[in-house]
Amino acid sequence: MQLLQIIISGIAQGCIYGLIALGFVLIYKATETVNFAQGELMMLGAFCGLGLMTLLGFPFWLAVLSAIAAMALFGIALERVVIRPILGQPAFSIVMLTIGIGYVTRGLITMIPTIGTETHTLPVPYKDHAWSVGALVLNVEQMVVIAATALLSALLYAMFRFTKLGIAMQASSQNQLAAYYMGIPVRRLNGLVWGLAAAVAAVAGLLLAPITFVHGNMGFIGLKAFPAAVVGGFGSLPGAIVGGIVIGLVEALSGFYLPEGFKDVAAYVVVLIMLVVRPNGLFGEKLRKKV
Amino acid sequence: MRFIFKTDYAQDIRLAKHGGHVFWYSALVLLMLAAPWIVSEYWLAQVTFILIYAVVGLGLMLLSGFTGQFSLGHAAFLGVGAYTQAALTGAGVPFPVALAAAAGVSALVGVIVGLPALRLKGIYLGIATLAFGFIVEEVFARWESVTGGNAGKHVKDPSLFGWTVESGEPFYYLCLVITVLATLGILNLLRSPTGRAFVAIRDSEISAQSMGIHLARFKTLSFAISAALAGIGGALYAHKLKFISPDQFGVLQSIDLILMIVIGGLGSVHGAFLGAIFLITMPQVIALAKDHLPDAIALAPGLQGVVYGSVLIAFVLFEPLGLYGRWLKLRTWFQLFPFYRRGMFRRQKSFQKSERLK
Amino acid sequence: MSTGVLLSAKDLSVRFGGVLAVNKVSFDVHRGEVFTLIGPNGAGKTTVFNLISRIYTPTSGSLDYDGTPLLAHAPHEIAQLGIARTFQNIELFEHATVLQNLLIGRYVHRETGFWSQLFFTRATRDAEIRARHQAEEVIDLLELQKHRDSLVAGLPYGVRKVVELARALCTEPKLLLLDEPSSGLNVEETGDMAFWIRDIRDELGVTVLMVEHDMSLVSKVSDRVLAMNQGEVLALGTPAEVQSHPGVVEAYLGSAGDVESLRRKAA
Repeated sequence: MQLLQIIISGIAQGCIYGLIALGFVLIYKATETVNFAQGELMMLGAFCGLGLMTLLGFPFWLAVLSAIAAMALFGIALERVVIRPILGQPAFSIVMLTIGIGYVTRGLITMIPTIGTETHTLPVPYKDHAWSVGALVLNVEQMVVIAATALLSALLYAMFRFTKLGIAMQASSQNQLAAYYMGIPVRRLNGLVWGLAAAVAAVAGLLLAPITFVHGNMGFIGLKAFPAAVVGGFGSLPGAIVGGIVIGLVEALSGFYLPEGFKDVAAYVVVLIMLVVRPNGLFGEKLRKKV
Repeated sequence: MRFIFKTDYAQDIRLAKHGGHVFWYSALVLLMLAAPWIVSEYWLAQVTFILIYAVVGLGLMLLSGFTGQFSLGHAAFLGVGAYTQAALTGAGVPFPVALAAAAGVSALVGVIVGLPALRLKGIYLGIATLAFGFIVEEVFARWESVTGGNAGKHVKDPSLFGWTVESGEPFYYLCLVITVLATLGILNLLRSPTGRAFVAIRDSEISAQSMGIHLARFKTLSFAISAALAGIGGALYAHKLKFISPDQFGVLQSIDLILMIVIGGLGSVHGAFLGAIFLITMPQVIALAKDHLPDAIALAPGLQGVVYGSVLIAFVLFEPLGLYGRWLKLRTWFQLFPFYRRGMFRRQKSFQKSERLK
Repeated sequence: MSTGVLLSAKDLSVRFGGVLAVNKVSFDVHRGEVFTLIGPNGAGKTTVFNLISRIYTPTSGSLDYDGTPLLAHAPHEIAQLGIARTFQNIELFEHATVLQNLLIGRYVHRETGFWSQLFFTRATRDAEIRARHQAEEVIDLLELQKHRDSLVAGLPYGVRKVVELARALCTEPKLLLLDEPSSGLNVEETGDMAFWIRDIRDELGVTVLMVEHDMSLVSKVSDRVLAMNQGEVLALGTPAEVQSHPGVVEAYLGSAGDVESLRRKAA
């Protein structure tokens, strides 16, 4: 029974990793940029929700939707102001830029007097609830995480697979100049993608907040989402979620069965093994330059 | 304006290409030698740190700037060098032997970390090195018999040929000598076939192969050299701080190192030094500026992060060639005065192309 | 193997997934000749080059070079054997100067090891100067003097093609593989290329294997031509013979009567 509890909590944690990884993969699929600030965007989303609920007194659902919308707008603005000018530069530069954005975001939040440096609880209606299913005690917070992740993944997958918008995004990631020639509004698309990724990050933040509390260093979880994206295959949306769940499961199980310290590095050991055995991840595609 | 008339090949191969180079670098050497008499003890310690970080920066510059291999976990090598040095000098091993061992062990770890590089590129390699960085940091925390775990470890002063090199002035000269030797070594490599092979791998692996360059061997070599330099830097770091703990060698330190070479100017030896100067002096500058800022901003813990992040963003957006690039433009302005034209260093507008097919 | 044959391909085949890119291709390249591969796009010409450069491995067949089986060697050992190549889409070292590109071409002739270079001993310095001499000779041959210290990234296309050729020559090859040397070049530059290919064969004694679409260049410099189509050999002979071969005409060159069949017949 305890094993099942651990597995469920591993899956729930993995869903969070998966959602953050989903944000990475979204941006990577559309602009081939890796966004090292995704964790910080998640942290911002959580703080946004916190502010709306506690400072402005919004009811739960209104706060959630507003936080997601606000983060989406922030993502679009971020892309417009900071990312757009350097599209076309080598990937390394863009990665450094996102690292810088992460630093600034984290710094600005911790600079807010009192609120920034403390740990807060997010007042969600399902906090500390539990369902009893037979002998199993299911933590509602974890259930919500799993359900929300499943829903979001399905929506995004459908978007990329079946809509023109999704195909246009993939086109502009592979060859921007050709996409321009085909009449694709590349810059507007990029803005949309960043807005979408920021919204997904906000969802992740709001889901994570009841479990780990809201604080300025929340974003460091984002570093574990990289292994998740790689395990799934950078460039595959379902892969991001699957990768996240794999990492979450391995972490939970190693925390229980293995000596101390292994839990923290479990994610990284898994990603190294994956990179050796199958560098393109579980669902990634194998591409090779033709000379 | 200076016109360099090239009269023989040796002139092109020499490190100091003309009289001006010789003059200014000699002046710099004299200045560095006289530093203990010019600056206060506190600032001498800062300069020592600049030298230490410059050595590490040289290694990372060689790996990422010249060979094009992403390394997001470089602080791990710093830590390996630091702990090896601490353990050996603590056991009574003389300084030069311990230093060589620190470099050697770091190089070995570098070779291991470099193994994924043989098959991976770009962001995948970055994530592999990031993963290694976390794992090594955890090893430092768990291997308590050698590293003292999370409680940290004290480091003795280096002992060289019988006498102890005390912190402060003597240690500064030790670091200066090591830094100069490391710089000359790297400059020598860059003007020989090995250095050119590194650059070839960065720019086009397939082409490099067809020129006879064994990719695996050179990538491994690049990782080894850069890890060895980081190990040497780490050993000096350990002696300077006299106390090391695993959290000093985590992901934040790794990102600081990359920040250093990007802001310094990727792909240039000068960049390592300029970046090190930036990294060490920025906190001092912020501290000085704090007196002039309103309390709310000055006392906030996040200020340093905001400043670092903003500077990094500003450099990537406006000055991708880094501090060295800015210096080159300034120098060209003076050299060509008044004929300098605004668009001289302008990048061509480039469109993003898929790097997955590189 | 007779001493006149430098490269011998026998029944080379390579399969990528379901596609048979090269199907039982056999040919011999004689020492000191200019041997050209022609054919429509997708015929497998560059794939044959990539097989010789060991970037791909054939699924069957053999490749013999100067008496040794080429398939036993790794891609980075090819240059040591004396095979150099240029690429269809230029693969230069963009962030280095032209001179540095050429000096990288001298890599196979390096004389000193890592430690000697680290301390930049007399031996390394002398080797550097010798390498520089050699590179300068190639610069003189191809008239690249004024681009010597320019960063490749800013150079025009025609100059980059010449730099690629120069870099390949710096390896002092016995066999030079040229992949579409005249593509993207104007008439004058193509004329220069023709002179250089002839000089390379006659003065430097290098055997040239090239892929080319420009038929006038092919006729001007080639000793023998191999026509390929859909991965198979179509015809082999002198330029005149191959260009008048009916199969080649139909698959690749086209003739005046081609469009006739599309003309609407009188009712």
